[in-house]
Amino acid sequence: MKPLIMPFALILAATTAQACETVTLGDLTIEHAWSKATIGADRPAVFYVEISNRGATDDALVGISTPAAGMPMLHETVVKDGVASMPHSMTIPVPAGQAVQLAPGGYHGMLMGLSAALKAGDRFPMTLTFEKAGKVTVNVDVLPLRAEGPDCLDAGQ
Amino acid sequence: MLGRRAVILGLGGAIGAVAFMLGLGAWRTRNQPALNAVLPMPLSMMGWQMTDQRGQSVRPADWSGRPVIAFFGFTWCPDVCPTTLSDISGWLEELGPDADRLTVALISVDPDRDSPQVLGEYLANFDPRIIGLTGAPDQIARAAAEFRVTYRKVPRDGGDYTMDHTAGVFLFYADGRFASIIDFHEDRRFAVPKIQRILK
Ligand SMILES: [Cu+2]
Repeated sequence: MKPLIMPFALILAATTAQACETVTLGDLTIEHAWSKATIGADRPAVFYVEISNRGATDDALVGISTPAAGMPMLHETVVKDGVASMPHSMTIPVPAGQAVQLAPGGYHGMLMGLSAALKAGDRFPMTLTFEKAGKVTVNVDVLPLRAEGPDCLDAGQ
Repeated sequence: MLGRRAVILGLGGAIGAVAFMLGLGAWRTRNQPALNAVLPMPLSMMGWQMTDQRGQSVRPADWSGRPVIAFFGFTWCPDVCPTTLSDISGWLEELGPDADRLTVALISVDPDRDSPQVLGEYLANFDPRIIGLTGAPDQIARAAAEFRVTYRKVPRDGGDYTMDHTAGVFLFYADGRFASIIDFHEDRRFAVPKIQRILK
């Protein structure tokens, strides 16, 4: 995290649940699962997470599902010639020995058809399906709309 | 930087096409030196009229005398727009009271869904100095052409749609001259000094 963001992140740490759970599935580590509060249930929500692959075999995230949304999809924000678009991603590669981030401005889960508005402090389950490792469910913490990410200082907690 | 120049030239081509389609080609030949055809017009030469989140009519002339930060987006956008608004909120906080001298505006590319009330509700989540503008589709199109911005409705399954749109943040001096663009994802080490330049 960039140093200048720290004061804000620390305020968040004091006021919201932390998306700091770490879940493992074979060689994969899944952590920092978070989302942003929505205004109402009509707008799509987002899903962000970090996945690292400690193994020697490439894997890929091929799908997400959650009771919180009827139509979750994997997207990638792409900026081309200055114009941002969000094409659907069939799979998000998780290469051997590497980490991939679903993060603002890049890969993200797009949660359409919300069953209810997401409020900061809410938590909902998300099942991730990997091409090789199979399925795993993580808890997603809803942060304020303005949040730039969870603050998970492993040392301090 | 070669990369950025390529981006700006590409953008210019797309904008040229949009401007032509809108029949706004005339001002370009009349007012713009050829070299500047890819850059936003000076605010003092723009002619749009939109409505802010409080329902007040806003024209470019209303901004004269203040440096301006303007960017395009829409409130149904879950990733790029809140990220840009979070970034800008952070920049404004870092600039402190100096930022009170800026006009900072989100211009909606989705006027069908973004009413003034919707914009107000959305912007309440970010720095209170950021205003929102929406309005008649032809006025949004005119503003986009004058800023050299592109946007496009992209249908999704189930009758829903999203918008592709230019993601950069435009900076103007207090006299309306275009200053620079902060690209999406630009580090705040570069963004904040760019804003300080229009505050001088
Ligand atoms: Cu998306």
